[in-house]
Amino acid sequence: MNYQLLLQLAVQGVLLGGVYGLIAVGLSLIFGVMGVINFAHGPMMVLGMYIAYGILVLLGLDPYVSLLLVAAALFLLGYLVQATVVNRILDFPEAMQVLPLVATGLIIENAVLLGFGPDPRSPRTALGLATLHLGPVMIDVSRLMAFGLAVIITGVVFLFLKYSDIGKSIRAAADNRVGALLVGIRVDRVNNFSFGVGAATTGAAGALLLPLMATSPHLGHDFTMTAFVVVILGGLGSLPGALVGGLILGVAESVSTIMVPATMKQVVSFALLVAIMLFRPQGLFGGRA
Amino acid sequence: MKRLHLILVSCLAVLLLLPLVLDKYLLGIFVMIFFYAYLGQSWNILTGYTGHISLGHALYVGIGAYTSTYLAMNHNISPWIGMWVGAVLAMLVGLVIGFLGFRFGLRGVYFVILTISFAEIARLVVSHIPALGGFAGIFLDFKPSFWNFQFRGNEAYYYLSLGFMVASVVVARLLELSKAGRLMVAVREDETAAEALGVNAFKYSMLGIALSAFMSALGGTFYANYIFYINPNSVLGMGLSIELILRPIIGGMGTALGPVLGSFLLTPLSEVSRAYFAKGGLEGLHLILYGVLAILVVLFMREGILVYLKKAFGSRLGLEP
Repeated sequence: MNYQLLLQLAVQGVLLGGVYGLIAVGLSLIFGVMGVINFAHGPMMVLGMYIAYGILVLLGLDPYVSLLLVAAALFLLGYLVQATVVNRILDFPEAMQVLPLVATGLIIENAVLLGFGPDPRSPRTALGLATLHLGPVMIDVSRLMAFGLAVIITGVVFLFLKYSDIGKSIRAAADNRVGALLVGIRVDRVNNFSFGVGAATTGAAGALLLPLMATSPHLGHDFTMTAFVVVILGGLGSLPGALVGGLILGVAESVSTIMVPATMKQVVSFALLVAIMLFRPQGLFGGRA
Repeated sequence: MKRLHLILVSCLAVLLLLPLVLDKYLLGIFVMIFFYAYLGQSWNILTGYTGHISLGHALYVGIGAYTSTYLAMNHNISPWIGMWVGAVLAMLVGLVIGFLGFRFGLRGVYFVILTISFAEIARLVVSHIPALGGFAGIFLDFKPSFWNFQFRGNEAYYYLSLGFMVASVVVARLLELSKAGRLMVAVREDETAAEALGVNAFKYSMLGIALSAFMSALGGTFYANYIFYINPNSVLGMGLSIELILRPIIGGMGTALGPVLGSFLLTPLSEVSRAYFAKGGLEGLHLILYGVLAILVVLFMREGILVYLKKAFGSRLGLEP
């Protein structure tokens, strides 16, 4: 086996894994607070990619800068989706909870298709082709940037939930809905805010991925699945779990390209997903199911 | 005879006579209405009656489509035979997925994700099998004859798909009236309570997924020989899985007529709006409409339109509320 190639792939996997973690943080947060799976997750991320793309083309702002605008836009969208749809379905049977979010994904996906057309886009960004050499390993600067920012954003969200007042309300509402209502927390608003934050991190992840891959309107399902794998690896509802799960998946997918064609690497992640669900449904880092 | 039965029989009579007056395009729309009602019903038998949510039903449709097509093109075996091979194969796959899901206690969203995972694995693997056409898929040879399950014009497909739909309604209704069906509903309503009363929830969940997968695969063979082209995305993709669950959910899950009503409402809307919007360069708009409609129905008529209608008009049709 070629160890240099293996090392190269492992490093690439770690760097991509950071972004996978950020993709999954939103899903995990939304599940943790509301108990619903956001099946519109991937399409929301693709929307984030396209917003970043639009800003780049129109205003010339690099995704690393427009990240904040993208996150703000997706925050609004998430807030709205929660306020208009998800808050009303929280007590529904599960089959009825799945459909509205799948439908939301369908709407977003096709709105993107309508707005930007079906052709894939791969924009040229400032750092697009720059590389660093670290010993035998070559690193794309855009991958490194994406990784660094993803870890920072995940950290900020984590600290925000842990120490800010709103974060404490979110955790209270997630822990005990009735209790939170009793002490005067406006649970529906907290929910709106949580979904907004979840969507915002997802949008930010989209902006970070834009320099790394061509975007097209139908990428959403793949990203939804990636996020599922990551959160189930790390444990649904656990934010540090999402980051670690992302790293594991990134490395697994990247290294697996030695053995299977790159278009098959998703099979590896699905197999991992099924295995984890069957044997450790609480995730590698979760305490209980 | 109840008034509802009279109405249904007259509807069926009208449908049997319709090809005398309809042109080819309209017949084609009816074929799709019946086809999606049939697939919706197949899904309904698992999810509507046992409550286990599958979002990977395209897997079984794809197994049916690919099996019969492969056997017909490479071994000259008639799709009339191949469809049963595909159905048995799909049933076995369904039983494996069911076994993993139900034995390992994957409930709710975990089961949903399990079903999606298997469908996606199949889609990706089939995309890499040259004998099955890979990403590009398979163009079926057009050799019209009864033996080949291929026909000129839409009349034969009309009656075939009508037959499929009616048969699926009969199966669902018989299931509803049978002991097994009632126990499946008990599992759906409260699995723990059902088990406490001695219901073998595992057995009836397995029965549901086996029957559901079997029927879905038969639909796959029909699809392949009606469209003449299959590829991993069209018959194994998530898009098809979403398409086929929308109708029973909008019409009414867990009812024998819900998928039919849903398909009569949604399929013409889909077919007409797809053609209309695509002409205006607004591809995808019909799916946005779908999404909005699905959300509205779930928010305001969460048990589906049929149950809503039953509440409003049930007494006049002589139905229990």
